[in-house]
Amino acid sequence: MAKTDALQGSLDLLVLKILSRRPRLHGYAIMAAIASTSGEVLRAEEGSLYPALYRMEEAGWIRAEWVKKDTGRRARIYELTAEGKKQLGTEESRWESVSLAINRVLREA
Amino acid sequence: MSVWSRISNAIRGERLNREIDEELQSHIEEAVAAGRDPREANRAFGSVMRARETSHSIRTAKWLESLVSDTRFGWRQLWRNKVASAAAVLSLALGIGSCVAAFRLIDALLWRPLPIANASQLYVLSRKMIGLNGRPIEDGYWATPNFKLMRDAVKDQADLIAISDADRTDITWSSDDSVERAHVSYVSGNMFPLFGLEPALGRTLYPADDGAFGAAPYAVLSWDYWNHRFGRDSQVLGKPVHIGDQVFQIIGVGPRTFTGTEKGTVTDIFLPLSMNRMATEDRADWHRTFVLLKPGVDAATALEPIRLHLSAVNHAFGSACSTCYRGETQASIARYLNQTLIFNHGGAGISDLQKEYRRLLGVLGLLVGLVLLIACVNVANMMTAQAAARAQEMALRISIGAGRRRLVQLILVQSALLALLASGLGSGFAAWSAPFVLGLVNPPDNPARLDLPADWRVLLFGLGLTVLVVLLLGLLPALRASAVRPVAALKGGENPHSPRRLMRAAIAIQVAFCVLVLFLSLLFVTSFERLQNRPLGFSTDRLLLLETVAGKGQLPIVWSQTAEALRAAPGVESVAMSGWPILGRIRINSDISINGAPPSPTAAFFLNVSPGWLSTMKIPLLSGRDFRQEDTSPGSAIVNETFAKTYFPGQDPIGRTFQRGTNQPINKIVGVTPDVPDHDLREQNGPVFYVPINTVDDKSAPDPVEFATFVVHTEARNPLALADSLRQLIAQRHNGLRVSNVTTELDLVRDQTVRERMIATLAGFFAVVALLLAGVGLYAVLNYSVLQRRREIGIRMAIGSSRVGIVRIVTGDAFLMIALGGCAGLALGFSAARYVTSLFYQVKATDADMIALPTCAILLAALVATLPAVLRALRTDPTEILRAE
Repeated sequence: MAKTDALQGSLDLLVLKILSRRPRLHGYAIMAAIASTSGEVLRAEEGSLYPALYRMEEAGWIRAEWVKKDTGRRARIYELTAEGKKQLGTEESRWESVSLAINRVLREA
Repeated sequence: MSVWSRISNAIRGERLNREIDEELQSHIEEAVAAGRDPREANRAFGSVMRARETSHSIRTAKWLESLVSDTRFGWRQLWRNKVASAAAVLSLALGIGSCVAAFRLIDALLWRPLPIANASQLYVLSRKMIGLNGRPIEDGYWATPNFKLMRDAVKDQADLIAISDADRTDITWSSDDSVERAHVSYVSGNMFPLFGLEPALGRTLYPADDGAFGAAPYAVLSWDYWNHRFGRDSQVLGKPVHIGDQVFQIIGVGPRTFTGTEKGTVTDIFLPLSMNRMATEDRADWHRTFVLLKPGVDAATALEPIRLHLSAVNHAFGSACSTCYRGETQASIARYLNQTLIFNHGGAGISDLQKEYRRLLGVLGLLVGLVLLIACVNVANMMTAQAAARAQEMALRISIGAGRRRLVQLILVQSALLALLASGLGSGFAAWSAPFVLGLVNPPDNPARLDLPADWRVLLFGLGLTVLVVLLLGLLPALRASAVRPVAALKGGENPHSPRRLMRAAIAIQVAFCVLVLFLSLLFVTSFERLQNRPLGFSTDRLLLLETVAGKGQLPIVWSQTAEALRAAPGVESVAMSGWPILGRIRINSDISINGAPPSPTAAFFLNVSPGWLSTMKIPLLSGRDFRQEDTSPGSAIVNETFAKTYFPGQDPIGRTFQRGTNQPINKIVGVTPDVPDHDLREQNGPVFYVPINTVDDKSAPDPVEFATFVVHTEARNPLALADSLRQLIAQRHNGLRVSNVTTELDLVRDQTVRERMIATLAGFFAVVALLLAGVGLYAVLNYSVLQRRREIGIRMAIGSSRVGIVRIVTGDAFLMIALGGCAGLALGFSAARYVTSLFYQVKATDADMIALPTCAILLAALVATLPAVLRALRTDPTEILRAE
């Protein structure tokens, strides 16, 4: 679908941004947050969200922790690391320059 | 952290999958709680398996995961062939353990640097020359006055350090009668500071202690001695110790690690060089000389000038000694003084033990290395056979896309598993066996002591060895397996001969190594046997030896009264005295001059004995009589046959006379005895004469006797049972006589063969192991080959091949290989034996039985090993085989 394609490459940025505003979220909450804050325009698919989370965890941008939920089940919650904050800065400025460039192209045309 | 978590995830793969599932499950629950349709929520994930797979691979290290799974697979393979794997691990463990143990011994004795500063800058000075007797000699001992001249001559480039061997010496800690023995070494005062040795207590010796004789009566204990003799008591400082007629004061304790420069002996007490009377004598070559280059002096350029300088000083010193060469011709003196000085590396210390055991340890290293190789070949064969059996599996793996690298990894992992298991077991074996072997070098009087640390050197060697074993085991089968051509293998068999060709070569190699081990072992075992069974000419039965000292000496009458008292003790059959025990450590030669002529070129050895000594030792008289109580020395003598033949050829020696040097008193021969080995079992008997223990000076007044040995023939089987009571009996007489050492004549004879017994025991053991391993290897190869050629054998039988023909097919190749390997082994054996002839006694490598025995042994082993395979081949049922096809 077009929606997911648009997300390609910017999923990391979205996850990092969400986690910087609201620390300690589990996977579903991150997904829900992306959907609600984007006014239901952007949707992260489960199939790509979790691999992305694991990848960022391995990269050391976010860290995970198991917590007990009210239902008794365990949930894995994520939060930003110091390195993740730096990465968010880079990703944001990269996004800025990319969208600026795209807008310029659109205007020229 | 990231790499670590991947590694741990790779190892705990199952758990990781559970965690991923749990998280996904929790996600779905949240979604359902938020009002989504459960089915739709589930579908959003797509295939759970795929989601898990993607997530899993992100969170693990791929290479490690494959390694882990290969290890699991390898382990299952080994587990499936439990007996074969256990045998492989055991034989490898024995090989690796023996190699590590041999390395520990060799390293500790020969290579490991002394725990001192600048060990790499340290050299030992020795000299080569033609001795006065015309034979070339190498001498590592120096006279102190010479040492001092040389020290001053090169003091700008190097320091010279004098250290005497640590001799077992009688010492007394108080004035009471108990005598102990300790290893005492005399050192120059610069040794401790130059070696960078700090005292653990008090102070060490300084250069200021190198004063006049008697000026520095100080002693420094080694840490080891302080620890085991005094329990690290700091009150030991200031304590007096009596050595000979001197009294020393303990001033300090050396550092913990330093046990002297003589590897194999732990020095107990260090005394200043100046405190030994010999330090003032020009003629006494008695201590070693170490050369320590000054910091910053380059050995490559500086050694030769130093050597030349020292040579000049040494030559001048030798020429100036007027009393040294009385009675020698000018030519032989000049030849003697033409000495070549030699520097040897001294960083690893220097000792007789090193000299005596260097070759022996080399042989031991060779034997254990060969045993390890034989074991490796065996296991490699086993793995080749297993790999060949798995050729189809390999082909399948390759055709469905397994990388060849992965296949090589699979086999290398399996051999690494074997090698690691074996190393674990082997290190246990090495930990036990190295001290055990050292314990075999154990003359009860003076056992070898060597620090055998298990540190990084040993660890590194063990690791290197393990890697080598992995490569030896795995590389060949791995390369073979990866070269499998899937099409051929899946069609039902590649060339079936190729693995067998490899295994046949393995047989030849194994047999060669095995014959080499057998051959060398047999030489050593035979040497030992012949040495041990050498006729002694005297009886060692029930002979107790009490080595006794008497301070500044006691008159002969006191000694004979003590002997009388011993004779009266219960359980004693007879008592005699000699200056020292025969086949002990002591031996003194004497010039022999006949009818006032200059001394003859051959010197003779002598021993002072009391009347009755010959009968106590059960040495018969060939002619003449034993000494009587009134005989004295000089005066009368008894000689052995060789003495008579050497100095009085073709004459009756009884009644003839000789002198111990020109212008010495005359000795009249009163008796002749057969030859007995008096010093070294390995040596030919030389001329020996006995003189009475009662010596008189030139005014016929009796000389005091300082030391002698009571030879006690006991009634009881075990002479040592009387040791304590007789020792006390002597002490209670309070006549100045004190027993300093107790031993038996039997122990002295046993001591003579310590080295031979050790190498014979070990060589015999490894010969059995080698033969066993080679037999097992041969059995396995033949058995495998019969299994492989079942089809061929079946067909041959069906078309009427005779039983003899079948046997020939099965064993022909093998015996060709055995013959080839055997010849190669013998050839190797001859060249190896040449290197160690000095360790043999009356055995030559070319003796017929030395060649025949190993050959017979290997043939016998081969027959036994091939029998099961031959029987299996003959029992092949052609109809069954052909039906199965």
